[in-house]
Amino acid sequence: MTALQRDRGAGKPPAQAAADGGADRADRRRAPRRKALRRHWWFTPWLYLVVPLAFLVTFTYLPIGDMIGYSFTDWDGISPERNNVGLENYTDLFTRPELFKVFLVSGVYLVAAVLQIALALYFATVLSFNTRFRNLFKGILFFPYLINGVAIGFVFLFFFQPHGTLDSLLSLVGVHGKHQWLGDPDLVNKSLAGVSVWRYTGLNLVLFLGAIQSIPPHLYEAAALDGANRWQQFRHIIAPSIKPVISLSAILAVSGSLAVFEIPYIMTGGANGSQTFVIQSINMAFKFDKFGLASASAVVLIVLILIVTWIQRRLVPEERVELS
Amino acid sequence: MTTNAATNDRRRFHARSAAASGAKYLSLVLASAVVLVPLLVILFTSLKTRKEALATGPLDLPANWFNFENFKIAFTQGHMMPAFLNTGIILLVSVTGTVLIGSMTAYAIDRFEFRFKKLVMAAFLLASLVPSVTTQVATFQIVNELGAFNSRWAPILLYLGTDIISIYIFLQFIRSIPVSLDEAARLDGANSFTIYWRIILPMLKPAIATVVIVKGVTVYNDFFIPFLYMPSTDLGTISTSLFRFQGPFGVNWEIISAGAILVILPTLVVFLALQRLIYAGFAAGSSK
Repeated sequence: MTALQRDRGAGKPPAQAAADGGADRADRRRAPRRKALRRHWWFTPWLYLVVPLAFLVTFTYLPIGDMIGYSFTDWDGISPERNNVGLENYTDLFTRPELFKVFLVSGVYLVAAVLQIALALYFATVLSFNTRFRNLFKGILFFPYLINGVAIGFVFLFFFQPHGTLDSLLSLVGVHGKHQWLGDPDLVNKSLAGVSVWRYTGLNLVLFLGAIQSIPPHLYEAAALDGANRWQQFRHIIAPSIKPVISLSAILAVSGSLAVFEIPYIMTGGANGSQTFVIQSINMAFKFDKFGLASASAVVLIVLILIVTWIQRRLVPEERVELS
Repeated sequence: MTTNAATNDRRRFHARSAAASGAKYLSLVLASAVVLVPLLVILFTSLKTRKEALATGPLDLPANWFNFENFKIAFTQGHMMPAFLNTGIILLVSVTGTVLIGSMTAYAIDRFEFRFKKLVMAAFLLASLVPSVTTQVATFQIVNELGAFNSRWAPILLYLGTDIISIYIFLQFIRSIPVSLDEAARLDGANSFTIYWRIILPMLKPAIATVVIVKGVTVYNDFFIPFLYMPSTDLGTISTSLFRFQGPFGVNWEIISAGAILVILPTLVVFLALQRLIYAGFAAGSSK
């Protein structure tokens, strides 16, 4: 039996069986119910759905439709006049290098997101074993996720100031001098991506920890009897069991790094090469009145995110993707 | 001989596990420091006087731990009072609305058979994949046409209209409520709304707690929607009011820090009070 097969063996069948069993039971439960519930007017469910659906259409589907429409025009967002320009906005997006640069920025955030998942995985594993002050550590690591984004922005504007906190800390360990953490185009995105790791690692940690703690403890006991060490326990018990959560985090990381907005907008406003895709399209629309181009760029972003999601769903079919 | 080897082995094992556990705690303490230091230096700065803030380094402790002058200035000149009020109103209305809308949708989808049910579910599913920040260019026009621009209605409508996660949380939970309860009530002559209001909604309490927490934190922290839709200073929420500290308080870091602490403090209190619920809520909110 190869390691790979063993992984599948440990990870897939129980989860699958549980899911299937659940579905079966639900079906059986539902069968008589269908008959019983037929005693209602055809419009009754729609009475409950009319408000949610109105909201859904008005604030999600209508904007998407409008945006696709705008993306073929040169509209400025205000004047009643708009001309059809065909695909010009899209060709602009893909041929002007300065507009394309935002993808490189997304790359930095993507690398940071990988680091974030790895860190969260490590700390979740560590905290799932017997550890003193476990709840305290968990609380400390999770708390940044709850903090207001503007407050985080200010906290780190102060932290990254030249001769500020970070420089002072570095000089304690012998690295002197002042760094333009947010002013140097080579550093700014790494600094900002660092803030994003600081902010979101806790969420991944809590998700992973929840998944690890739902592993039946007798699996560890059996493994310990077989003389498995911590790494082997992680490799063969923990990792396969939390694979669905990891792949969910991975997909959130990719779409998240494409849609980064808040922290760089608050901290640098997109200056010094820290412009992200979303900042760029917001600026195009509300600063430079290029609604057509901004819409095209947003459409591209949505398509990219849908593609990424679709690929992930194809790659990880065993994940129980119920509704979301 | 053999016993000797065994003790040796055990000793080596102990040494190794001690080292491993040392490394474990070291990494945890280090990570905690990384989280806490940026926040602590802001707390220190917020308690320093203007002169002190300029003269001392960021890691130096404040001379007087009870110097709350900066908080007073931040609260009054930074318009934090109306900001908390605005956020409070928006929070109350949109969280209540989210609970009602989400639970009604879940009720309709789970408890009724009707045509186009699959289509409705697919519509909600697809919408959850599109980050709302990407569609604002066009949403802006719609909010404008509705006449909601620069009023509290804009964020309220948008928070109500773009929340799909809460629908999933309710949907997951409503499945575990036995249908026999509905049927018993129906036999007693209850109509579908009575069943929703008197039976389903009260049974959904744990899910409501989750939604209130997840939605509450999201609304409290949201920056982009109030920033884009409520530019008027009177309508500042805590995020936008804090954001506006940048201009007038320029480099007065002691006041900006006090403002940031004022915004973080309620979050900390709620977190300490509701830890368990919060962990469970966010775990459910982001994986469902």
